[in-house]
Amino acid sequence: MADKTVQLEIKRQASPEAPEMWEKFELAWRPGMNVISAMMEIAANPVTAEGHQTTPIAYDSNCLEEICGSCAMRINGRARMACSSLVENLEQPIRVEPLSKFPLVRDLQVDRSVLFENLKAVKAWVPVDGTYDLGSGPRVFPQQQEANYPLSNCISCTCCMEVCPQFNPATGFVGAATIAQVKLFNNHPTGKVFKEERLRALAGDGGIQECGYAQNCVEACPKQIPLTNAISDIGRDVMVQKVKDWLRG
Amino acid sequence: MAAPRIIVIGGGLAGLSAVIKIAEAGGTVDLFSIVPVKRSHSVCAQGGINAAKNLKGEGDTTWQHFDDTIYGGDFLANQTPVKGMCEAAPAVIDLLDRMGVPFNRTPEGLLDFRRFGGTLYHRTAFAGATTGQQLLYALDEQVRRHESEGKVRKYEGWEFLSAVIDSQGVARGITAMDLRSMELRSFPADAIILATGGVGAIFGKSTNSVVCTGSAQSAIFQQGAYYANGEFIQVHPTSIPGEDKLRLMSESARGEGGRVWVPRAAGDKRPVKQIPQSERFYFLEEWYPKYGNLVPRDVATRAIHKVVYELGLGLEGQPMVYLDLTHIDRATLDHKLGGILEIYEKFVGVDPHLEPMKIFPGMHYTMGGLWVDFNQMTNIPGIFAAGECEYQYHGANRLGANSLLSCIYGGFHAGPNALNYAKGLQPAEGDGGAAAELARQAEINASLLHSEGTENPFRLWRELGKTTTEHATVLRYNKGLKQADEKIQDLLDRYKKINLSDKSQWANTSFAFTRQLYNMLQLSRVVVLGALLRDESRGAHFKPDFPERNDEKFLKTTKASFTGDVAGPRFEYEEVDTQYIKPRPRRYDAAK
Repeated sequence: MADKTVQLEIKRQASPEAPEMWEKFELAWRPGMNVISAMMEIAANPVTAEGHQTTPIAYDSNCLEEICGSCAMRINGRARMACSSLVENLEQPIRVEPLSKFPLVRDLQVDRSVLFENLKAVKAWVPVDGTYDLGSGPRVFPQQQEANYPLSNCISCTCCMEVCPQFNPATGFVGAATIAQVKLFNNHPTGKVFKEERLRALAGDGGIQECGYAQNCVEACPKQIPLTNAISDIGRDVMVQKVKDWLRG
Repeated sequence: MAAPRIIVIGGGLAGLSAVIKIAEAGGTVDLFSIVPVKRSHSVCAQGGINAAKNLKGEGDTTWQHFDDTIYGGDFLANQTPVKGMCEAAPAVIDLLDRMGVPFNRTPEGLLDFRRFGGTLYHRTAFAGATTGQQLLYALDEQVRRHESEGKVRKYEGWEFLSAVIDSQGVARGITAMDLRSMELRSFPADAIILATGGVGAIFGKSTNSVVCTGSAQSAIFQQGAYYANGEFIQVHPTSIPGEDKLRLMSESARGEGGRVWVPRAAGDKRPVKQIPQSERFYFLEEWYPKYGNLVPRDVATRAIHKVVYELGLGLEGQPMVYLDLTHIDRATLDHKLGGILEIYEKFVGVDPHLEPMKIFPGMHYTMGGLWVDFNQMTNIPGIFAAGECEYQYHGANRLGANSLLSCIYGGFHAGPNALNYAKGLQPAEGDGGAAAELARQAEINASLLHSEGTENPFRLWRELGKTTTEHATVLRYNKGLKQADEKIQDLLDRYKKINLSDKSQWANTSFAFTRQLYNMLQLSRVVVLGALLRDESRGAHFKPDFPERNDEKFLKTTKASFTGDVAGPRFEYEEVDTQYIKPRPRRYDAAK
């Protein structure tokens, strides 16, 4: 057991303009290792399997509990969170690459700010009058809370966007995460004041019509958010809104 | 006069709370954060947020909440701000509810509450077991709204390096580094609010997120700010040991009925299900019949330590005990604790519905932090602090579910106070010292890049974490604390011989880490030496050689200031405000 090792192959790119290359690493195995702890090990001893000095891997991470959404990357070809990718469950060599649908920053770091811009476009918030004391909020029955809570668990990791065949520069599709947030806020007793605006924001190019029902999103979501249900519900609402707007002229 | 410019550093609950209040009052804010603010460490809080709403017919009051908090903190907290926080708490919950936080509900559609440690009341509002995530998102959404209206400008991916302080000692802005281009810049401001969270990284592995290094607090401390009660470090009784970090297992698991136990016989090899009730040692319930599994964290942590290290009853001889939920029905667990049980199963590979979890204490929270006055301002005019990075709400030990509250309450105060301060500020002379400060930071960067030695920063960090965890967490001995300080001085020496394996100037994460490491080393001396000087036991600070609380000598706030000397920080002590509740012995084996 003492000699058991872990093999990784990590895609490196020093900057958006620099050439891509793969580096191999061989690390001592330890129980409970995940892909993050393997990269921490490399930072403490940045030497490749061939014995060449290299640099620590650049990657985004923060909570390491699969709740902050930072460390999404492709591991053995699958978009997932590096912190919850346990080495013992992965086939070796473990191939680690950055998400492919977002602008590369360095190594495994990519720029996912498009999601936050999308959330602005659909007004993903409840418009409270102010933060002064206005007494209790609206009554919400447990059944409603149970329906909304899963949608509110979205960690903005963008795995659903990475795996979506329609999420690409040609369509400008907003992706499943944003659509699920529209459902969340349209369900809220106060949030629904913007319901029509949100639906209209999803009615045009890049909106909900771009969805091709590949259903990859719901498979990839680390939080098991019912994304395809959200897409079909909001798709229906967008259609109804379009008809209403057409009738109103 | 031009509109005041306020800079908020840190986008967790405290920072976002401050931003919202300033934007609402008509101010504009520059918000700096290392990570996109939605990924801040506040997301990790699980169990809930306290407020004496008294919706369970128990006769709970804000005074009870105040008393529990002061008592839980072993009387070290100044009472005036704590009283204000507890009185404001019910309105804070209402506001969060109005913002759309999906709090759990009663059948009548009202907020549900659960019990947490250190109280006998159901006082904790919760959204499943992801309350921090839900609260952060609600505030993040409000800030996004203000951002889209042009009141907030975000600088995500920028790291705060230092304050710009003028010749009068007044803050005039900050310096920061773009973590992609590595560009250094100064930003002018009339007031600054630090909301930069905890210091977990100085203990190596903790329940904290990667960004919780304490680097920002340490930088300000080295520029002249007092750091208060640094020796008070909370070790959470129930964490899941891991290779990369210690993952939190929420106190809400016990709040919903989870029981902590070990087999009565040392080294019992039987499968857990075959150990009969009579042969299980529910030590918290036996030792603390009134509070049982819901004693405060410092008490539970020491009890687990005793069971493992003194009685030798750790599971299979390992430093672990059971946290058992298997007697609770699946629907209740999934409804109230879903998120955390999933995390345990994902990271450990065992289903906690079916088998007890294996847990052990892990470093979790700093009660200490930047010294602030009752207006949340540090001793440097113009620098405010809110959230975990300041010291004022939790005394010697924090009660569970009070941290989210103190973050929001502190931010709600710091924001308007900073705006008021800024409105009365006289303009700076010249650039207020910005160019000189920027040059100082550029010099630090250059010397790191040119440093030629053999030391690896990540390995120095591991050594730091090993020594602080060994000597400055659950049990503290003066001999060990002295050793720890010598070790830190040695690491500071070796820091001068760091050789960066990556000297590039694009998204150089190890370069940024190495800068943080220096600040971690300086701050860890405050923790270790503060603990060395406090010869008593109070809250989370426990010295077996001085097992009693000593109010005569140490009912005082520790204030450390930076000297730059090898001898370390200078320490002085300040009287504690105890005007409302007279200090009394703290014990949890009987009713208060």
